[in-house]
Amino acid sequence: MIRLAVISGKGGTGKTMITAALSRLLKGTLVLADCDVDAANLELVISPHLIRKEPFFGMKSAFIDPVACVKCTECEAHCRFDAVDWVRNTFRVNTFRCEGCAVCMFVCPVKAVAMQPRQTGEILYSETSRGHLVHARLVPGAGNSGLLVHAVKKMAMEQDRACDLFLIDGPPGTGCPLISTISGVDAVLVVTEPSVSGLHDLKRVVTVCRQFRPRIFVAVNRYDLDPALTKDILEYCCEEKIALVGTIPFDHAVIEAVRAGIPVTDAGASPATQSIQILAAKLEWELTNLDNNR
Amino acid sequence: MKLAVASGKGGTGKSMMATNLAFTLAWTGQVTLVDCDVEEPNLHLFFPAPATTRDVTMPVPVVNESLCDHCGKCGKFCQYGALTVLPDRVLFFPELCHSCGGCRLVCPKNAIREEPKKIGTLSTSAPMPGLTLVSGTLDEGSPHAVPVIRDAKKHAARGPVVILDTAPGTSCPVVEALEGCDACILVTESTPFGLHDLQLAVDVAARLGIPAGIVINRSDGNDRETLRFCTDHDLEVMMTVPFDREIAAIQSRGDLLCRVKPEWQKDFWALFAKCRALTGVDG
Repeated sequence: MIRLAVISGKGGTGKTMITAALSRLLKGTLVLADCDVDAANLELVISPHLIRKEPFFGMKSAFIDPVACVKCTECEAHCRFDAVDWVRNTFRVNTFRCEGCAVCMFVCPVKAVAMQPRQTGEILYSETSRGHLVHARLVPGAGNSGLLVHAVKKMAMEQDRACDLFLIDGPPGTGCPLISTISGVDAVLVVTEPSVSGLHDLKRVVTVCRQFRPRIFVAVNRYDLDPALTKDILEYCCEEKIALVGTIPFDHAVIEAVRAGIPVTDAGASPATQSIQILAAKLEWELTNLDNNR
Repeated sequence: MKLAVASGKGGTGKSMMATNLAFTLAWTGQVTLVDCDVEEPNLHLFFPAPATTRDVTMPVPVVNESLCDHCGKCGKFCQYGALTVLPDRVLFFPELCHSCGGCRLVCPKNAIREEPKKIGTLSTSAPMPGLTLVSGTLDEGSPHAVPVIRDAKKHAARGPVVILDTAPGTSCPVVEALEGCDACILVTESTPFGLHDLQLAVDVAARLGIPAGIVINRSDGNDRETLRFCTDHDLEVMMTVPFDREIAAIQSRGDLLCRVKPEWQKDFWALFAKCRALTGVDG
């Protein structure tokens, strides 16, 4: 199984649409995962049918028993996350801030603190026309998205280990969900755009990827919106010896396809479709070589 | 007044809103702009200026092997699996550590002390009169965005107007940036992706008790679904920016809409007045 994650650094560059189109175009059996767990959108363009779902429990959260509490302030003093609040003459844990470290439980002299499991999301296992999709819903505002990403990937790899390709729609950024997404993958496709922010964020995410083992590929979306900046991206890729596998023009057909809830490549001929087909063919070839070299 | 700009979906135009608002307001008052998208901070690209920087650190345990008897209590206590105690040494995985200090507390031999470990930088600059820019930057490879955001916010606590640009999404980095704000602008675009993620962002703001108003960016006139959602949830659409290749080009080359087209400043003044109205603050 080849594991490929589509990432971007900067948000909104077109990861999800490209992932959806690649799921149609890349050959072989595949399993999909949406690892952008706090704003999961892949399901909006590939019409999954839910097979089953299971609850996701992140880190435990502290709970202070107001009856047992002697208001000694030890928990508040030791909490590094400012998660213990004094509300209406009682100490209470702010579950948004609590990171589940259990220090308050340890320092409480009267054992008034307990660590309680907390459901912070759910993992969904669905059927699509191109294979199974593992996706998730994080409770808005909940933490532990990196742990949820790990759980999503684990389910996909366990349930569909015989697939040729594991295709991941990744999160933006470089922090814990991104690191959790790219750890253990064979290749990443970084989707960028010709803007100073897009290039800046591409460089940062490439630096992070270099600390792991994946092969890095780059695609420039909406490349025609600023040809000069697209050239800067090309030059950066050459310097870094990163393969540029595609350029996709700005095309209103993409927005129309999102509104229709389908990958743009299902919407008939358009400049975007044509360039994504070329991207898929190049990527296919690169991934085959990757497999042969292993 | 502390005002956050958030979105749910990435790339909807948070940074454009935050930078142009700060640029406009800085002509008449003191504004602090805080880049809380520490994983991919971009605001400094729009305001190039010499900056003073300092490290952001978090305390991590250091085990004094001459005192340690490898009892294993620290490893057992650590909820994050950051410490593994072997018969002859202690292995520490810094990327898993949350700096809770628990290992030091539970150690019966006092063999653990804490040392600062760098996870990012904080840079401060004064790119134009009236404007202070504070940017938090997470080191590449570090997963700990939240402490960097916390530090950036603490550093920028002073000032009559503080504008915070947040990360996309709805998880801990966004919550950390939003907490304590008086109001937030949620930027969206008129696609099913934009609307889906706007709903999540509205949910987060509501859970935190922060009044929110909406900005529709890159509108192609096809905003019916978004407008209906806003009406149903009693959310004000405070501003609509049309899709325009010229505006997109200004933004992509790192320039500011209000600098190139000063006529837009009155729209950002109006946006700010609406944000103030959200909080119930006069003037």
